[in-house]
Amino acid sequence: MSVASNVSVADLQVKFGAVRVLNDLNIEVKQSEFVVLLGPSGCGKSTLLNAIAGLIDVSGGKVMIGGRDVTHEEPKDRNIAMVFQSYALYPTMSVRKNLSFGLSVAGMAKPEITRRVQAAAELLKIGDLLDRRPSALSGGQRQRVAIGRALVREAPVYLFDEPLSNLDAQLRAELRVEIKRLHKRIGATIIFVTHDQIEALTLADRIAIMRGGKILQYDTPRTIYAKPANLYVAGFIGSPAMNFIKGHLETGDDGALFANDDMRFALRRPLPPGTSVGQAVTLGLRPEHVVPAGDGVVALGVADVELLETMGADSLAWCRIGACQLTTRLDGAASNPGRIALAADPQEASLFDTQTGDRL
Amino acid sequence: MSGLHRNGPARVAIYTCLIAMALVVLGPLYVMVITSLKHMNEISTGNILALPHVPTIAPWLVSAHKLSAGFFNSVKILIPSVIISIAVGAIAGYALQFWRLPGSNLLVLILLIGAFIPYAVFIYPMVRILAFFGLFGTLAGIVIVHTTFGLPVMTILFKNFYSSLPIELFKAARIDGAGFWRIFASIIFPMSTPIVIVAVILQVTGIWNDFLLGLVFAGRDNMPMTVELNNIVTTTTGTRFYNQDMAATILTAAVPLLVYLLSGRWFVRGITAGAVKG
Repeated sequence: MSVASNVSVADLQVKFGAVRVLNDLNIEVKQSEFVVLLGPSGCGKSTLLNAIAGLIDVSGGKVMIGGRDVTHEEPKDRNIAMVFQSYALYPTMSVRKNLSFGLSVAGMAKPEITRRVQAAAELLKIGDLLDRRPSALSGGQRQRVAIGRALVREAPVYLFDEPLSNLDAQLRAELRVEIKRLHKRIGATIIFVTHDQIEALTLADRIAIMRGGKILQYDTPRTIYAKPANLYVAGFIGSPAMNFIKGHLETGDDGALFANDDMRFALRRPLPPGTSVGQAVTLGLRPEHVVPAGDGVVALGVADVELLETMGADSLAWCRIGACQLTTRLDGAASNPGRIALAADPQEASLFDTQTGDRL
Repeated sequence: MSGLHRNGPARVAIYTCLIAMALVVLGPLYVMVITSLKHMNEISTGNILALPHVPTIAPWLVSAHKLSAGFFNSVKILIPSVIISIAVGAIAGYALQFWRLPGSNLLVLILLIGAFIPYAVFIYPMVRILAFFGLFGTLAGIVIVHTTFGLPVMTILFKNFYSSLPIELFKAARIDGAGFWRIFASIIFPMSTPIVIVAVILQVTGIWNDFLLGLVFAGRDNMPMTVELNNIVTTTTGTRFYNQDMAATILTAAVPLLVYLLSGRWFVRGITAGAVKG
């Protein structure tokens, strides 16, 4: 893609009536990057996408696409293509017409339209469906056509608004892989909205996690998973969810300690800057990072296993150390051990300020 | 469906009610039809419910002849009024639903109020306005009157129908670069068939059955069929030809009746369209 296609949103404000949906929001999307906007419904992710597309009025701030200020441009002049959750295919037109409509509106020459429609149809394997009406297509086929309609525009920036949410689990997984392949192949910039964390983690180069009209963390899937910026992100990403254990800070022989009535966990690092002994903190541990006690890990305590959920490849054990609940992943073949000594690597533990929720 | 078994008591009650209601409607129609087929002497001497002894279609021929000018006047008024009011109503409903201009909610409210104000209130100011433009008593004048009075209902009808269409369709068309007219002509209007049929039925029956506006605004040369019918039926001198009156009335009512009969299926489909997700 030679056309500049970076997207940059600066101090964006969107109001619906008196309600501020987005307030001074900033995000930079690099050329050819795949960015996922992730969050619960009502967090403003679709609003942000619509604002980038030019489908809603913004009350302040700037939207730049390819270095050009498009804040007040019509959607068609923004060099974008968009795919919607409900497919939004034109029901009275054949698939071919659906694909070519935008091109003929733009006054493109017939042979070029035919070439592009053919190319998109081949890429998405919808060649056989070109003369059908959308009502004669299955959900998966409809979404392919909708993606095709975006593809023929050969736009440098693609916007996806929860495109897989209406599909069943299997189709969703299939199309997810196809969208990823498509991105590799056309190298366009993609901004993709979803509330599904698996989609976000598998597709994105970077994920922006949103809540209440704000971006809480904007980073690679790996970093967001391993080093969540705050308690909300930590709890939102990961299934089964991260274990949160409340306690306070202490100091021991080799640095800071996490402690409460039931456990003392050596963090093997000095007190985090800006904190003090006795401060209320929350320890965050992914279930796969809670392991049976052994070398190189720090003991958490001896736990009662209350329940063992078999999940195929592994099992999820629901344990209790005193009053602290926590889950751990065990081998899929393991039977309920009853009692187990648990430990964790402090390197993989997250520590949050209980008061503010921020990562320490 | 429990309680509605074949020949069950509930079913009997339902049929009894339906038949009773049908009789209330069909009784007068029966009297009209048989009276229109009788000679005058048979009407003045015989039983009103009795079938004609010597049937005749002469009253029908006379009425048809007397009404023919009115019939064509009504057609001339009807066609442009129906087309223009539906076209403008559809465009207005589309604009209000999808383009959300500032103050559009207030406009809808005003239209809603407009739809419920009796016509008679507007007659005097309307006469003055049309007279000012030199359109009073002309074909164009009566078409404008029918279009104007039809607009609130047409606009609300189309706006409501369009509110059942997914907004993403409109957004997709905007991304595709289509403008106001292109989106309407290529995408929205082709989806409007069910509601257009409802609108046609409402407007055809409404405009055809109109008496008051035609009498006031159409002018001597464009008197619609309903006004001519009234002229025939309410003659104050000479014998009253009940058989001709009945035939003339049936002829006048035939157009809306036919519209219902031919499009009843579509009518039901149209008013329920959008109720169930396609």
